[in-house]
Amino acid sequence: MNALLLAATKDVVAFHVNPVLFYALAAIAIAGATGVVISRNPVHSALFLVMTMIIIAVFFLTLSAPMVAIVQVIVYASAIVVLFLFVIMLLGIDRHEMLATDDRKYQRPAGAALGLLTLGGLIATVIGNWQLGPQTSSGRALSAIPTLDGVASTTAGETDQIRPLARTLFTQFAWQFQVTAVLLVIAVVGAVVLARRSTRPARTEVSA
Amino acid sequence: MNPVLFAVLNTELEKPRIDWPIIAPVVALFVTALVIVLLRAILRTQPKLVYQLSIAAAFVGLVTSGAFVGNEWRIIHRSGIFQTFSGAIAVDGMTVFVQAIVLIATALGVLLALGYLRREGLETPEYLVLLLLSATGMLVMAHANDLVLVFVALEVFSIALYILAAFDRRRAESQEAGLKYFVLGAFSSAIFLYGIALTYGATGSTSLTEIATQLGVVDPKAHTGLLVAGFALLIVGLGFKVSAAPFHMWTPDVYEGSPTPVTAFMASATKVAAFAAFLRIFAGAFAQASDDWRPAIYVLAVLSLLVGTIAAAIQSDVKRMLAYSSIAHAGYILIGLQVANAGSKRNELPGTAASLFYLLVYALMALGAFGVVQSINHRGETNHAITDYKQLSKRQPLLAALLTLFLLAQAGVPFTGGFIAKLSIFRSAVDAGQYQLAIAGMLAAVIGAFVYLRLVVTMYATGQDDDPDAANEPRIKLDVGSRIALTITASAIIVLGVLPNWFLDIAHQATQLLTR
Repeated sequence: MNALLLAATKDVVAFHVNPVLFYALAAIAIAGATGVVISRNPVHSALFLVMTMIIIAVFFLTLSAPMVAIVQVIVYASAIVVLFLFVIMLLGIDRHEMLATDDRKYQRPAGAALGLLTLGGLIATVIGNWQLGPQTSSGRALSAIPTLDGVASTTAGETDQIRPLARTLFTQFAWQFQVTAVLLVIAVVGAVVLARRSTRPARTEVSA
Repeated sequence: MNPVLFAVLNTELEKPRIDWPIIAPVVALFVTALVIVLLRAILRTQPKLVYQLSIAAAFVGLVTSGAFVGNEWRIIHRSGIFQTFSGAIAVDGMTVFVQAIVLIATALGVLLALGYLRREGLETPEYLVLLLLSATGMLVMAHANDLVLVFVALEVFSIALYILAAFDRRRAESQEAGLKYFVLGAFSSAIFLYGIALTYGATGSTSLTEIATQLGVVDPKAHTGLLVAGFALLIVGLGFKVSAAPFHMWTPDVYEGSPTPVTAFMASATKVAAFAAFLRIFAGAFAQASDDWRPAIYVLAVLSLLVGTIAAAIQSDVKRMLAYSSIAHAGYILIGLQVANAGSKRNELPGTAASLFYLLVYALMALGAFGVVQSINHRGETNHAITDYKQLSKRQPLLAALLTLFLLAQAGVPFTGGFIAKLSIFRSAVDAGQYQLAIAGMLAAVIGAFVYLRLVVTMYATGQDDDPDAANEPRIKLDVGSRIALTITASAIIVLGVLPNWFLDIAHQATQLLTR
């Protein structure tokens, strides 16, 4: 594991991801994403999602961001998908007929057409004009990839990946980080509001 | 101790400077919400007392927060506009202006809710907690100068609103509204986030100031597809939140199904907060790239006007009608955004100022109109079909008169704030040379007038099948909260219509200070 991390780290400092590796992983990730959408069984969909998430974690590894990769595995591939599976099984919708209940015939083709249109539009705007990072007046990139206070430019192993991340989180992004506390309070209060059994009797009369 | 860890701990970490006066409005509301949660936990055996205390706490919190916003205004006047928290927060006129509107809308939202919650048997402190937390997110949105902060604020106020929309869990429509808003809202947030990612990829920063600087040095013709795609996705995400067509699909269903005071709050404060971000990101940070995004805003504005006014004309439900008219209002405000950076010599009224003034007036009109609708509703959210408003002038003369005022204001009749708001939008469009947009807006205003007048006529017209006993129907007794809220909104709309100059001037100052 450590060797893999180090190897990945070294690779990324120069930002030379092996193209064969990249395309192979990309193919698997896209196959997983397609599987999420087309599989009839919701449990299979969730498992396909795990596949995509893990491949994305590997992408982060190849970009010398082991910290993000591990977070990706822990949060997305584990916690969130397990939550999905819980919900699927609790609601008992792990049978495929539940998914085949769209009553409007035009929705599916229309959705597909709009999705393809968006995809085409995005590809058309991005391709041929793909440049990352700050640019000079002529539109030429100043540096290969924007750096987050040197997250990508430090090299000395795992701790150095985490330290700049923590540093930015508690200095540059301190307020953003603090405000997420409000989100957590809302989540708790909201869960109580929505899940609590009403103590009052249900309304009997309809009009006042 | 682990030597590596020790080294990390020893390296000097420059501590972020906490600018307390600037975050005080946000902190005040957040602390108030936490106090209410704690009260609820400590005094579990006395729910009545907790509810009374939490109402008092909510108003104390709102007033405190308002005082801190006033202090911000003083600070700006003393030391000019500035950024703080490593550029995450912009302290300028727009921050103060938008925060003030949000606080006013929240206070009125609480006042309107009190009677409603009693009628529907929903008197719980959680309602106030969620409302205050949502407002907290909106205050953050108003000063957010960093795309990450914009996103966090957007999520904070949206998630609180999803729950508020579903607050009346016993009513299926309320649950449906909450779920629909949540699913579509989460979807639009994801799109917005992707837009942030692409913009970051293209400019190398999430800070709006740095993005603006970066865009300033690049020749507009050399803008990469990445940047343009980022703009597009950000427009989709924000367009959803301000319910601009074609991202408006959720609006009528959610506005109709949600408890009416929530709808009033959603229609006013949410739109103000989301437009604040819209203006700050596009008219502020992306000003140098306005050739890239102005055509898209043009289309959005015209579509919103078209869909909003025409669909409002064919609704048979008052709440849905007002929902569609809020889409049309989004269209007018988008006109202001479209012409925000149009280079004109005699640009006396920049589009941003017109938009901000329109937001102020719109928030009051929406709160007032939904406030009256809420009072006319019967228990269980019935009685809001247009046919239920027949002869309302005989049955409930006061409410009918108030609703007429709010509807005329929305139609843009002179001597109401709505007239000045529409006029300033059209004037800024004409000043910027966007005659087609101005004409589209005026046409929409004419069709819109028909929509509002139809309801007014329904309330006042007499016919053959009239109920002769209509005048004897018992008058609805308004609760104190609604009475105060409706008095404030009605008089404010008239004041804004008769003496708008002071407010227009403030809106103008707010934009002059806008960080570029």
